[in-house]
Amino acid sequence: MDFTFNDEQQQLANALRRYLDKEYGFDARRAIIESDAGVSSAHWAGFAELGLTALPVPEAQGGFSGNAVDMLVVMQALGRALSVEPYWATVVGVEALRLAGGGDEDDNTLLESVAQGELKLAVAFHEPDARYDLFAVNTKATLQGGQYKLDGTKSVVPHGAQADYWIVPALVNTGEIALFIVGRDAAGVDITDYRTIDGQRAATLQFTQTPARALKGAHAGAPTLERIADYATVLLCAEALGALDALNAATVEYTKTRQQFGVPIARFQALQHRMVDMMMHTEQARSLTYLAAVRYATSDGDDERRRAVSAAKARIGQAARFVGQQAIQLHGGMGMTNEVMAAHLFKRLSIIETTLGDVDHHLARFAALPGFAAVD
Amino acid sequence: MDLNYTPADNAFRAEIRAWLEANLPHALSDKVLRHKRLNRDDYASWHRIAGARGWSAPAWPVEFGGPGWNATQRHIWDEECARVGAPMVLPFGVSMVAPVLMKYGSDAQKQHYLPRILDGTDWWCQGYSEPGAGSDLASLRTRAERRGDHYLVNGQKTWTTLGQHADMMFCLVRTDGDAKKQEGISFLLIDMKSPGITVQPIITLDEEHEVNEVFFEDVEVPLENLVGEENRGWTYAKYLLGHERTGIARVANSKRELVFLKRLALAQKKNGKPLLYDPVFAAKVASLEVDLMALDVTVLRVVANETQGRGPGPEASLLKIKGTEIQQGLTELMFEAIGPLAAPFDVPFLEGERARSVTGDDDAAPLAAYYFNYRKTSIYGGSNEIQKNIIAQMMLGL
Repeated sequence: MDFTFNDEQQQLANALRRYLDKEYGFDARRAIIESDAGVSSAHWAGFAELGLTALPVPEAQGGFSGNAVDMLVVMQALGRALSVEPYWATVVGVEALRLAGGGDEDDNTLLESVAQGELKLAVAFHEPDARYDLFAVNTKATLQGGQYKLDGTKSVVPHGAQADYWIVPALVNTGEIALFIVGRDAAGVDITDYRTIDGQRAATLQFTQTPARALKGAHAGAPTLERIADYATVLLCAEALGALDALNAATVEYTKTRQQFGVPIARFQALQHRMVDMMMHTEQARSLTYLAAVRYATSDGDDERRRAVSAAKARIGQAARFVGQQAIQLHGGMGMTNEVMAAHLFKRLSIIETTLGDVDHHLARFAALPGFAAVD
Repeated sequence: MDLNYTPADNAFRAEIRAWLEANLPHALSDKVLRHKRLNRDDYASWHRIAGARGWSAPAWPVEFGGPGWNATQRHIWDEECARVGAPMVLPFGVSMVAPVLMKYGSDAQKQHYLPRILDGTDWWCQGYSEPGAGSDLASLRTRAERRGDHYLVNGQKTWTTLGQHADMMFCLVRTDGDAKKQEGISFLLIDMKSPGITVQPIITLDEEHEVNEVFFEDVEVPLENLVGEENRGWTYAKYLLGHERTGIARVANSKRELVFLKRLALAQKKNGKPLLYDPVFAAKVASLEVDLMALDVTVLRVVANETQGRGPGPEASLLKIKGTEIQQGLTELMFEAIGPLAAPFDVPFLEGERARSVTGDDDAAPLAAYYFNYRKTSIYGGSNEIQKNIIAQMMLGL
């Protein structure tokens, strides 16, 4: 049993951390958020140079075939620095192509372009009124003269407007879910791009008779959609873990410097115990994030994967809320300003909480698995 | 990152499992699994059985008669024992005083006491807490004064777990009243049959006799029963507390209790359906199970570190807090699960004097008492608040 990261993983994490510390500080990040694009093409090139865009792509398409544990290391570092670049969206798109793609030339070309840092992807998981139900899909795909056309709406698609291609779940005439790939420049696409409260971008995508290509993989349906969402969830947990670590460190640091009643407020036991509680939440969340990443990467059984992923997301959600709220409390009035990293970490953690299933959703999914009521 | 046990670990687990299957008496495991009260003979007989195989002291090195297991193997042993409801080998001798004797005891003390701890000849109890010294242990006032070839001990200890059965006590006493409070303490080994010792039961809120008060009135303790140096007892006591906490997460025990809780919640009905399928109750169970899964991995992270020769440091405090929170959470949900059946209290059934409980629901009968009893877990072994002080200081640098 070994809970350490291998040399390559550690080197990548260190390199990325150095890069972000130097290039992606509080003010640099704010400038990106306030720019029209809301993301930075310069940093995307920087990520590509570090090998991040190639990491998840299969070797055959010019990547490094990084698995969920490799991605965990990267996402933690990005979470710590609160990156607003469309990295998670793109990597999840890579996994979608890997799982659902038919391995044909079109898919391979896309993957090669991602590896080179020339292309971004996004998966449109969410529809209006679907809440967290991945299978509540109303977008229709109809075959017209040998060409699929999509009609429907996807909402709150993370970095939807920054992606060059979307992977879109839609219903085919059998009533089953199938996965389609749609280019941003396709006809009949209406994109509403907007800011999110955590400094990222998201979009509403409206499709009207939009030409789409069906992913031809044998399993390009609902079970694969669920698997892609689980992958996306594991990576979100890892991002959250990085943010939790940063928030704990910021809080400990702040209470050591803030003086009241003539002493640093870190001397007060009520505050010390709160910070210990924050740390314990984080360690518990870390354990399940590791477990989920390893299970995703190595597990053969769907239920074993579901169980680990939902456990991790539920526990991350609990930690995100507790640590986030308490960090603001312990920062006092400063925590209420937009000028401290803690406030931004809290906002990002809270939105991660509500992305791809909150605590209640994942506890219910966990409890609905066959193993939950097995007592023999 | 690799979360799998090695083939050697798996073979070890299979060996332990087979041995437990062949050697754990059903009468004992039945009591444990069904939350009935264990008596002196129950503990003593399990100690003898494990001792006969050489496994009564899993953490001991080979030179003192232990199996010399590494942290992973000890963890597997704990898991397998808990899984099948083996009683615990009481920690007072094996896990608490023995490591102190190994590190700080004289050769004569090691030669005399360690074999008797290993085979269960002596039943040990702990003389730490006093009425005025709980979390603030160093303010203890029980005095030991040198009188020729012996110390004269006067004072009072309390919360002495199972002291009513004990042959020996390891005891913190004040030998220098003028020094700083941590610096005037010594570590004595006291024969519980010495004249002047009185043991009085404390009946806990679940009406069980588990803890005691112990009074010392001019008790003579030979000088050779001092461990290490006079006035250095606080150092030894802290060393001991570190040992007390490492196994305290009790994850495997909690996993077994989680299954018991689910079985209970499948049997109890709400609106005609098993309580476990009630979404509100199911969410509580799921949340606790998720936290237990997390703790399981957290423990393995510490165990893996330890197996590679690091720790256990202050993480032990984290394991103690989370472990006891989960243990208490399980007893709370059991208490909730049985609803109105929490009220009936059937001591003869709990003591094993009658086979069936008065209500006929034998699973439910012990659970209210169990819930009340388990409030102790966040208080003993250094209260959870004291553990938080330790983490704040050692891990957060506060």
